[in-house]
Amino acid sequence: MMRLELVKRPQRSMLFSALSPFIAFALTIIAGAVMFALLGVNPLTAFNIYFIEPISQVWQLHELAIKAAPLILIAVGLSVCYKANIWNIGAEGQFILGGIAGSMVPVLFPQFEGPLVLPLMLLLGMVGGAAYAAIPALLKTRFGTNEILTSLMLVYVAQLFLDWLVRGPWRDPQGHGFPQTIQFNDSAVLPELMPDAGRANWGFVFALVAAVLVWILMSRMLKGFEVRVLGSSPRAGRFAGFGLNRMVFFAFLLSGALAGLAGISEVSGAIGQLQPVISPGYGFTAIIVAFLGRLNPLGIVAAGLVLALTYLGGEAVQSALGISDKVARVFQGMLLFFVLGCDTLIHYRIRLVGLALTKPEGAAKLEAAPKLKEAR
Amino acid sequence: MDITVNILLTIATAATPLLIAAIGELVVERSGVLNLGVEGMMIMGAVGGFGATYLTGSPWIGLLAAIAMGAVFSLLFAVMTLSLATNQVATGLSLTLLGLGLSGMMGTSFVGQPGERLPNLYIPGLTEMPVVGRLLFGQDPIFYISIALTAAVMWFLFKTRTGLTLRSIGDSHTSAHALGIQVIRYRYLAVIFGGACAGLAGGHLSLVYTPQWVENMSAGRGWIALALVVFASWRPWRVLAGAYIFGAVWIGQLHAQAFGIPVPSQFLSSLPYLATIVVLVLISRNKRLTMMNTPASLGQPFVPDR
Amino acid sequence: MKKLLIALMTTTAAMSLAVTAEAADKLKACWVYTGPIGDFGYSYQHDQGRLDVEKALGDKVETAYLENVSEGPDADRAFERLAREGCKLIFGTSFGFMDPEVKVAKKFPKVMFEHATGYKTADNLGIYNARFYEGRYVLGQIAAKESKAGVAGYIVSFPIPEVVMGINSFMLGAQSINPNFKAKIVWVNSWFDPGKEADAAKALFDQGADIIVQHTDSTAALQVAEERGLKGFGQSSDMIKFAPKAQLTSLTDDWGPYYISRVQAALDGTWKPGNVWLGIKDGAVKLAPYTNMPDDVKAMAEATEKKIADGWNPFTGPIAKQDGTPWLKDGEVADDGTLLGMNFYVKGVDDKLPK
Repeated sequence: MMRLELVKRPQRSMLFSALSPFIAFALTIIAGAVMFALLGVNPLTAFNIYFIEPISQVWQLHELAIKAAPLILIAVGLSVCYKANIWNIGAEGQFILGGIAGSMVPVLFPQFEGPLVLPLMLLLGMVGGAAYAAIPALLKTRFGTNEILTSLMLVYVAQLFLDWLVRGPWRDPQGHGFPQTIQFNDSAVLPELMPDAGRANWGFVFALVAAVLVWILMSRMLKGFEVRVLGSSPRAGRFAGFGLNRMVFFAFLLSGALAGLAGISEVSGAIGQLQPVISPGYGFTAIIVAFLGRLNPLGIVAAGLVLALTYLGGEAVQSALGISDKVARVFQGMLLFFVLGCDTLIHYRIRLVGLALTKPEGAAKLEAAPKLKEAR
Repeated sequence: MDITVNILLTIATAATPLLIAAIGELVVERSGVLNLGVEGMMIMGAVGGFGATYLTGSPWIGLLAAIAMGAVFSLLFAVMTLSLATNQVATGLSLTLLGLGLSGMMGTSFVGQPGERLPNLYIPGLTEMPVVGRLLFGQDPIFYISIALTAAVMWFLFKTRTGLTLRSIGDSHTSAHALGIQVIRYRYLAVIFGGACAGLAGGHLSLVYTPQWVENMSAGRGWIALALVVFASWRPWRVLAGAYIFGAVWIGQLHAQAFGIPVPSQFLSSLPYLATIVVLVLISRNKRLTMMNTPASLGQPFVPDR
Repeated sequence: MKKLLIALMTTTAAMSLAVTAEAADKLKACWVYTGPIGDFGYSYQHDQGRLDVEKALGDKVETAYLENVSEGPDADRAFERLAREGCKLIFGTSFGFMDPEVKVAKKFPKVMFEHATGYKTADNLGIYNARFYEGRYVLGQIAAKESKAGVAGYIVSFPIPEVVMGINSFMLGAQSINPNFKAKIVWVNSWFDPGKEADAAKALFDQGADIIVQHTDSTAALQVAEERGLKGFGQSSDMIKFAPKAQLTSLTDDWGPYYISRVQAALDGTWKPGNVWLGIKDGAVKLAPYTNMPDDVKAMAEATEKKIADGWNPFTGPIAKQDGTPWLKDGEVADDGTLLGMNFYVKGVDDKLPK
């Protein structure tokens, strides 16, 4: 019987560290080609429309930046959590609460205008997101409650709360009873970067700045070391005098604040008012972005752009070839699977017992015909 | 009396898919694996069950197809996390993403087609009995499966040797491995069992609950099932109780509205989620209880040393 | 009916000189849907309209669509993409697309835009909507005739004017037959959640309703009625296949004639932004064949349908608001503006409007 074994490498393989994203991407392309062929579309045409066309026009590059900004911003925060082995999967809720908190200024005080409005909104957005993230952090540290589930449950609560606000107390009285707040006044709208070329706004700049800052934090400062130590071994962390509870709060508050910032940037930049739904699942997609970027803030910038591209590409093939929008989701799922699978090669050698094969293709072959592995 | 029976029957229907998916995930988590892809496996089960029924005309074949679909789909997760030692949280989330997308693609031609409902049990004489008749002898087949499954899992985990082994793997895969237990093989089987259960739960949605196929018809039930497992602190009979409490809150808020109780509907809709958080807190406050039941190696990848 | 509509459109367009479109050989018409076209409900019906356009105009048109577009920045991009890809006429089918469409329309003055269910217009942006409330009056009358308990269960999505209008119209219809008729209302906060709609239907039946009405899109509630041997009404599409014994009729939308007329106008170069609210008489609101009811009820329903098609408005006074204060005087007809912003119940509705 043929079976698969992982053999731990003495140290992480620099070669596969560099190669694995490309292998994963190649595998995704192959699987994608099969999928398009099954759908009766010439894969080359499809790929051209999917991956090339969306980045060959300036306005589309702007759209790419708009789509990528919240993903990067949220994922950068989440990467700190995940490095610390803390599982915040409720960024979607923190995003929404950030949007709501920041919107208090233009919705409740529409006459208030001037240069102070935006900074105040952004600040409130961060506070809102962080405060909402503090709930699972508090429950975890006080009662040991599993943060995956509490943060997830709070997403649904946040969605319903926003729904209630825009249909009830915050509804635009002049809006014919439709569920939305008043349009923000001009000084509450996040300006576009280059209005003549496209719609991209300052949100993208925030995302890049956040990525760089968190990268510095994680790789150049003691706090980053603390995060990594506590993440890989809480015991060792405790010996080193690092507080696990403090870390839980730090990670949740940081990621909550960034998600909140993403939320208010999205509301004030791209939408211009509060609506019942302000996020097409950015908080969840960002989890994928965080892993695609291997929890490295700079990698996350690239991953965010790639994922944004899969959205734009999905729309492009839909309008050009009439292919269902589900394709984009399947594509994202496959990409992530391959990336996760190939990253195994960084830490392990894979070998198929019975066949003297240690080549990376083994991973792909195994996907097709999985066999039980015996421990010894 | 009739209304009480009806309400109980409604609650049972609402609770059954949650119960089945949660029982499956419970076994997975007891083996030390956290599969967040329940929602994805469930929706695949739903489309598989509906598709097979639609093509063959038999909801019983649909039932089997739903189970098979969930099991096969979970294999993907098993290969990734067990053989390739990938991160379980990320892999589970991708599984959900993939399931929602794939099921939508597969189900395109089933949209707008009426389904075939699995027939309710009918035993002449017994089913007609007042009050208890319909509750005990007049429900859909999957309801009975769900109860039997709960009992079986309870017996398996706590009364059999294999169950003990499974739990010991969940508590410490390294010690289990040192004792010569085939950790990965056990976990494969547990994950596939969980997938089959999630698939069956999905089949319940498209064959009993609302016999039709529509995209995203699982509507977050997979996530609730995940919450239930923790809510139940990894105890099968508590999963059963939790699923029915959840179903009761869910149905109760609809009844409250129909009675005309003036509470914002968004608030009522968020009650089940808040209730889960409260229960999670109450349960995890009791440290001894949590420690006793929580699989200690939950979510950690395991690669045997050679 | 279809011809009449086309004639109407073209004449109004011809009378005004503000013709924005140029006659073209082949026209690309595009649609943006908020849901999946596989919902067998609202988005599905719009897509059927698109297919009707393809069928009717053949190789004179080319169509494209984007489904599952969420309201917000994604909508901006969807419209911009279609405008840039050469769509000459773009239909946005959801209320939430209003502001994105206004924005993009300003950017592409040469492209013609149409928006369903909104209220903002521009030189190249017209609006259209359907008077679903007309059909709901008929449903109310049928319910009052067919219900033994005198209680209907009403499953609703969100408290927006369109839905409130529907509840009011239904109740006016029902109480014109049975002044004591009641409706129990459950808000499910979703347009489409089969499981929740089924549960709501069961809850309503359990509390004594024996007829189900819905302002949500799935077939689940009707399937429950079928199982229990009770009756109900379908929504958006004809759901008779799902409930052959339970469906009395279904309130369906048929966008085909309208879309064909608009695309034709664009082809002729006579397109002009309109503000139309189509009803039974235009064929946009249709009641599926009356089934599972006695002939006299059927005759009554047909008579009412005809009366509405001939121009009678269900919101004709005297009508009082829920608290008893007068709203419309005897013979007074509600104006469209009030209806489109409706946020109060009429007398007899036994529910508190969620605020």
